[in-house]
Amino acid sequence: MSGAPPPPTGLKSWLTTTDHKRIGLLYFWTAFSFFLIGGLEALVIRAQLARPDGHVVSAETFNQLFTMHGTTMVFLALMPLSASFFNYIVPLQIGARDVAFPRLNAFSYWVFLLGGLFLNASWLVGPLFRAGVLNVAPDGGWFGYANLTERQFSPGPNIDFWVLGLQILGISSLAAGFNFIVTILNLRAPGMKLMRLPAFTWMTLVTQFLIITAFPVITVALVFLMFDRFFGAHFYVHQAGATPVLWQHLFWLFGHPEVYILILPAMGIVSEVLPTFARKPLFGYTVVVYSGVLIGFMGWGVWSHHMFSVGLGPIADSVFAATTMLIAVPTGVKIFNWIATLWGGAIRGTTALHFAVGFIAMFIIGGLSGVTHASPPADLQQTDTYYVVAHIHYVLFGGTILGLFAGIYYWWPKMTGRLLSETLGKWHFWLQFVGMNLAFFPMHFIGLLGMPRRIYTYSADLGVSDLNLVSTIGAFLIAVSILVFLYNLWRTRRHGQRAPNDPWGGASLEWSISSPPPVYNFSVIPTVTSRLPRWQTEHHGPMQDPPAAPPAPIHVPGGSWWPLIAALGLPIMAVGAIAHTLWVVLAGAALLLVGIYCWAFEPFEV
Amino acid sequence: MTATLALSGCGGPFPQSTLHPRSDFARATDVLFTDIFWWAAAVFVVVELLLVVALVRFRHREGRPAPKPAHGHTLMEIAWTLAPAVILVFVAVPTVRTIFSTSGVAPADALKVQVIGHQWWWEFRYVDLALTTANELHVPAGKTVRVGITSADVIHSFWIPPLGGKRDAIPGQTNYIAFRADSTGDYSGQCAEFCGASHANMRLRVIVDTDSAFGAWAQNQLGPPVTPPKGSLAEQGKAVYARSACIGCHVIQGVSAGVIGPSLTHVGTRTTIASGLFPNDSAHLARWIADAPAMKPGSIMTRMQPPLSDGDIAALVAYLELLK
Repeated sequence: MSGAPPPPTGLKSWLTTTDHKRIGLLYFWTAFSFFLIGGLEALVIRAQLARPDGHVVSAETFNQLFTMHGTTMVFLALMPLSASFFNYIVPLQIGARDVAFPRLNAFSYWVFLLGGLFLNASWLVGPLFRAGVLNVAPDGGWFGYANLTERQFSPGPNIDFWVLGLQILGISSLAAGFNFIVTILNLRAPGMKLMRLPAFTWMTLVTQFLIITAFPVITVALVFLMFDRFFGAHFYVHQAGATPVLWQHLFWLFGHPEVYILILPAMGIVSEVLPTFARKPLFGYTVVVYSGVLIGFMGWGVWSHHMFSVGLGPIADSVFAATTMLIAVPTGVKIFNWIATLWGGAIRGTTALHFAVGFIAMFIIGGLSGVTHASPPADLQQTDTYYVVAHIHYVLFGGTILGLFAGIYYWWPKMTGRLLSETLGKWHFWLQFVGMNLAFFPMHFIGLLGMPRRIYTYSADLGVSDLNLVSTIGAFLIAVSILVFLYNLWRTRRHGQRAPNDPWGGASLEWSISSPPPVYNFSVIPTVTSRLPRWQTEHHGPMQDPPAAPPAPIHVPGGSWWPLIAALGLPIMAVGAIAHTLWVVLAGAALLLVGIYCWAFEPFEV
Repeated sequence: MTATLALSGCGGPFPQSTLHPRSDFARATDVLFTDIFWWAAAVFVVVELLLVVALVRFRHREGRPAPKPAHGHTLMEIAWTLAPAVILVFVAVPTVRTIFSTSGVAPADALKVQVIGHQWWWEFRYVDLALTTANELHVPAGKTVRVGITSADVIHSFWIPPLGGKRDAIPGQTNYIAFRADSTGDYSGQCAEFCGASHANMRLRVIVDTDSAFGAWAQNQLGPPVTPPKGSLAEQGKAVYARSACIGCHVIQGVSAGVIGPSLTHVGTRTTIASGLFPNDSAHLARWIADAPAMKPGSIMTRMQPPLSDGDIAALVAYLELLK
């Protein structure tokens, strides 16, 4: 690559990087590590529940495990795995050299990493609080319902880790959200109109708007809780005239858009993978895009369907039932368009396609069980039981995780320059597919037969022991499938087939450049004339790929230490708060301010 | 929902099954669920079938012409927008009707019970009978019971699946359900909202009696506690009770007036202890008195300090078992 310096190597180059591709890889490996931790927590949970009256862990440990499993999977695994594709793929799909604010992007990553480490440190630091290891991790559920999470009922530091950790992670998500909105709106290549954006980029854009609007809501809820716990405020204390139900409204006002934050990126991935491997454009592109936007809006009007047992009254229950059922319409429209995309195509059964089709097949189950609890009277028997656990895992595992794996198999060659083994990939898919159905399908019956969720033990009298055993076996089968995937990653690193620019015949811009792309992405910024720039269609021929070498040297900004340094201030502030030591909080705040100040005045050329 | 149950291959008794409704309330929600289930099952079959057909029929084969680039089809889009919308109307109408019919309204002569959730046990107050008991709810068959649900500490959720769907027990707020049990029987339920360390151990039982058996039970509960015979082990037990920490939290009419824990005035009539966790027999009572947290993690009833002697515990157990 004449005209461009070779990419820098070494630890420093990673700590100071502002390259969206490197940050994407950092997101991937970090989030995947947290995914493994969250998975291990799930395995211990399933080991405990394999038989009635289980004694693998204590009640207190179990409560920490399911709290951290949910929190980890939502905030530390699924969201940042999506973020890894936002980072790596979106700038390539819109023909940009990087995101709009590369250093802010690095800051988002470091805050995410440090926030995740802070939350998980709670597993180990018990002795500092005169408690054992595995004793001070958050234990109020990922939903953290007040008033159980008030100091009166949860006096230990457990909930403090959660309240502070989630606030840190929120900063990361918000910074990234603004960054990607500006990137997608402002850095599109010439001719890349909004309605020419690839579907994945579109769903990324909708997701970012949801993030910047939903995260402030949970931040407010968390700040209230923090004030209650640290300063004796009474935002959720009914004796003071407030109500703990306020927390539920705030949490689910965030929490339901959050569900779409988790699923829309996977829907975007599926909307890329299906057309590529059916060799047919996405059917009803406009409708798929608009239904995604519509879901984004409607996702704001359904939060109380998480609260049908709270006693909001028949009018409120009826309204939220109606809005919730309505949201099934744009979701169904997407599914029909995906099937219509496959219909009449020439479908190549790659691993990525397997996962994308698995997404559709499993997401339907989660969507339909969702309709059964959109009906409040029916939901009274379902909410807070394993039936709902089955539902969310069909949506978030059958949906989001299968969708993310489709993305991994699809874009891994672009991100690393090597193709993952298709044989191992298919083993991975089928083990995971069978495993997840064994693990989660019986939960429908377990719930309908009366087993509540979040219980560390159950009586053999319930008659659900064998179903629970099947579920546990399924969970361990999923673990085996993940091991196959890890082996595939390891093997590919050494022996994987080298990827050409475009191993799949994709239509979007990321396939027009080398795998992995050079540091500046495009030697010449492409001019886009259609929605499927690299395909021959009835209206136009495929575009010319950019030349391998840039005609003139391309300036690439150097790295910066300041995003990392500023990010370090946040966990220090949180540690100070947990230790009730003001000067540590102030030191952390000072570091954050110094970091931001120096960042702002850093000379552009390094 | 017997079809679903048959699928699960289980034939045994399921005491907490939502699929075996035993009251008007539970039946109303079950009918609705069954309705929606069949709609969902139909949609599931159609969509998965389309998906499988597409995958088999349109798999890539060498030599086939390239697929036609179909970009969309307005009529089809309209059709598959309207189809789910129409189905949802068929779901929404009975839903709204059932919301209103199950909103806790009850005839004026309904039996009124106040349910108060505690970490981790249930208190039941029969409003019109001035009667208080714990963990085992007695109601008459064939008569509407109106349950007002609230909490003394954190949020719980009151749930007896065969008799009806759950409602949350929220401090500072009372939620109502109403149900009429079909026939006599013994039902189990448990707290459904995560409420701390022993959430899993916050169970309850509902005993549906005939009208006359219920009347007799209530009559007995309203009476004073049994006085142990002179010189009996139980009399020693009463003395142990009166000089121990027990009196700080528990009420036995005429003996102690604590209000933190369950009333013990007629504890001997209950079939279980520790909120439905263990049978009410001398072995379990003795273990419970000695070290409650070992049987129920986080229990507010702490280990006895200093520990009671084995003799004292045996006497106490004899006394409690006498309190029929």
